[in-house]
Amino acid sequence: MNAPPAPGLIAFQNARLVDPASGYDGPGALLVAEGLIGRVSRGADLTDLAAGVRVIDAGGALLCPGLIDLRVKTGEPGSEPKETLKSAARAAAAGGVTSIVVQPDTDPVVDDPAVVDFILRRARDIELVHVYPAGAATQGCAGRGMAEIGLMHEAGCVYVTDADSPIVDSRVMRRLLAYAGGLGVLVAHRPADPWLAAGAVATESEFSGRMGLAAEPVAGETIMLERDIALVALTGARLLVDQISAAAPLESLARAKARGLPILATASINHLTFNELDIGDYRTFWKLTPPLRGEDDRQALIEAVASGLVDIVVSAHAPAPPEEKRLPFDEAAPGAVGLQTLLPALLTLHHEGRIPLLRLIETVTLAPANAIGLAAGRLTVGAPADLILADLHTPRLIDAAELISKSKNSAFDGRRLQGRVLMTLVDGRVVHEERDVP
Amino acid sequence: MTLPAPGIDEIRMKAAPFPKRHFLSVTDLDPLEVAGLLDLADLFVGINRQRAKKIDLLKGRTLVNLFFEASTRTQSSFELAGKRLGADVVNMSPRSSSISKGETLIDTAVTLNAMQPDILIVRHQASGAASLLSQKVDCSVVNAGDGQHEHPSQAMLDALSLRRAFGHIGGLTIAICGDVLHSRVARSNIALLTMLGANVRVVGPPTLIPTDASRWGVSVIHDLKAGIAGADVVMMLRLQVERMQGALVPSMREYFRLWGLDREKLALAAPGVKVMHPGPMNRGVEIDSDVADDLAVSLIQDQVEMGVAMRMAILASLAARLDNR
Repeated sequence: MNAPPAPGLIAFQNARLVDPASGYDGPGALLVAEGLIGRVSRGADLTDLAAGVRVIDAGGALLCPGLIDLRVKTGEPGSEPKETLKSAARAAAAGGVTSIVVQPDTDPVVDDPAVVDFILRRARDIELVHVYPAGAATQGCAGRGMAEIGLMHEAGCVYVTDADSPIVDSRVMRRLLAYAGGLGVLVAHRPADPWLAAGAVATESEFSGRMGLAAEPVAGETIMLERDIALVALTGARLLVDQISAAAPLESLARAKARGLPILATASINHLTFNELDIGDYRTFWKLTPPLRGEDDRQALIEAVASGLVDIVVSAHAPAPPEEKRLPFDEAAPGAVGLQTLLPALLTLHHEGRIPLLRLIETVTLAPANAIGLAAGRLTVGAPADLILADLHTPRLIDAAELISKSKNSAFDGRRLQGRVLMTLVDGRVVHEERDVP
Repeated sequence: MTLPAPGIDEIRMKAAPFPKRHFLSVTDLDPLEVAGLLDLADLFVGINRQRAKKIDLLKGRTLVNLFFEASTRTQSSFELAGKRLGADVVNMSPRSSSISKGETLIDTAVTLNAMQPDILIVRHQASGAASLLSQKVDCSVVNAGDGQHEHPSQAMLDALSLRRAFGHIGGLTIAICGDVLHSRVARSNIALLTMLGANVRVVGPPTLIPTDASRWGVSVIHDLKAGIAGADVVMMLRLQVERMQGALVPSMREYFRLWGLDREKLALAAPGVKVMHPGPMNRGVEIDSDVADDLAVSLIQDQVEMGVAMRMAILASLAARLDNR
């Protein structure tokens, strides 16, 4: 697991390079040197390699930038039995995720530059993948007073958000967008009308009605998104729409983008994979926020990711231990872990012929890198050597018990997926390697 | 006292073919199984009217009544049913146990399971709770009401009352009126009565009818008079007073005026109409006492009597399977 961290010289020959930055998807080779991408060859293998270079014959396997996951929850600080930064980082490395952005709704809340420092220091000590904190947008994620966005940004937070708490007060949201926008800080917000969603644990439909579950209509998401779009138009600030989940708000998003407003949107891999019927016999691993929507919504979401209307895909990794999940559906905690299943679940859309591989990889590499200003996410000479080597085809049966996360609440438990991460490199260091890599 | 042998044998024979381990949802049943349970319950109605009501069909069996939500009617009905069948019945409620000390539903179930009960009868405020429990214990689980999802024994006893009053259920026009949205009784009755061939209408203000209820095989009517017109059965549902706070209905007096059942509105129904209510009633909110207490039209007392017989049939059927596991 803990391979020697010294940045060595590694050459990948005979790989399938997928680089969204240049739009290249084809055979090639790549040299890692000094923690950076040293050389890239499209087509032929690299020649004139110096002595001491570890040469890996990729055998046609996928070589692409490491994944960048903009929405990850751990339990640190405050709820370490759920997940620590270290266990999340190990899961990320095994899943081919080389950068994670951790959410601020911890205990204490990341609304203070000292907590940003704490997380960055812990991440440095762990020395696995890059861990970037997202700061709280408002103090305590309470939606009232603004948090110290400027100071947290200086300390290293990459965007601000109140995570799952909607910012209800439109005046606060307006000022937040204006202030953060002035500092060049991205604001992320999950659109949800808290009154329409009050007490809800499922999406409003014939199905949830039969199940007797309190449900929220999709209209709540649309209403809040339309408000946010109007405030973006008012302030000119950039907004990241967190986890859009249904067809109706996608129409709002399309209109806003057509007007040229600076809006980006994410979708979670869960909402691209599952629909409301997956909660079936009250299975709490599929209890998520936003709730799983109808199949029409899922299809619209896949189309939106394919077309680029939705820019970014996230794992929405949210660990919850058994004592929070082995409960009646109403009472169980929402969320599912996803760092280790993000890539193979995405590849399902490739294998099904729904979304080209290059576009899929872009949604988890270049697009999130550009959203938060990272140099990674591309196979460009001089960029950080955050890379993965992955087999696209190996079939696997996901067994939640085998996942590295401290919490095993995977919505993919028992699901058959294809694809496996063979090697993960962060700044040229091998942080994960399967036994059978040559 | 025990019944003469032929009575017991007949009961054993009727109870035996029931193929389910748990009794969680009416949607788990098919019309044949429903008919079998109703036939068996008919026998128990007779037994319950005798002076000697007790038979030893469940002798040696342990029943646990696990009620997380307060209940008088359902809990005592199951308790009487169990005792009349000769079982030992233990009542548990949150106030008198460690449930109120933070123990989870599943911990409680696993603890109880270790005490080797034969049948666990559960009521819980969360939809799906009984189903969740059934996955974690070895004994049979009976759903005595889970959140807003189902109350299958209530639907069965309603079906029994109807079959005895009308001789059949298929073809009846049944109006289920009031707070359908929050009602597990309504969900179970809609599923069961439509399965048995009744024409079911759900009647109430749009705020108290679930989304897309029209896709449940029922007609949705937002006017009580139109909903009752020509109906053979009017089933009123309890309005929870706390619903006023959620802006679902404006006031009790407006609710009674528009959605409460009184003589005048009932006159629109078919001749020979029967009125039902799962109880407990809010007199003067969803139903006028004048109607509720009129034994010529009200089946409400019958429903209570049928409740014990129906639950005896359910318990006896589950126990018959326990013998064969």
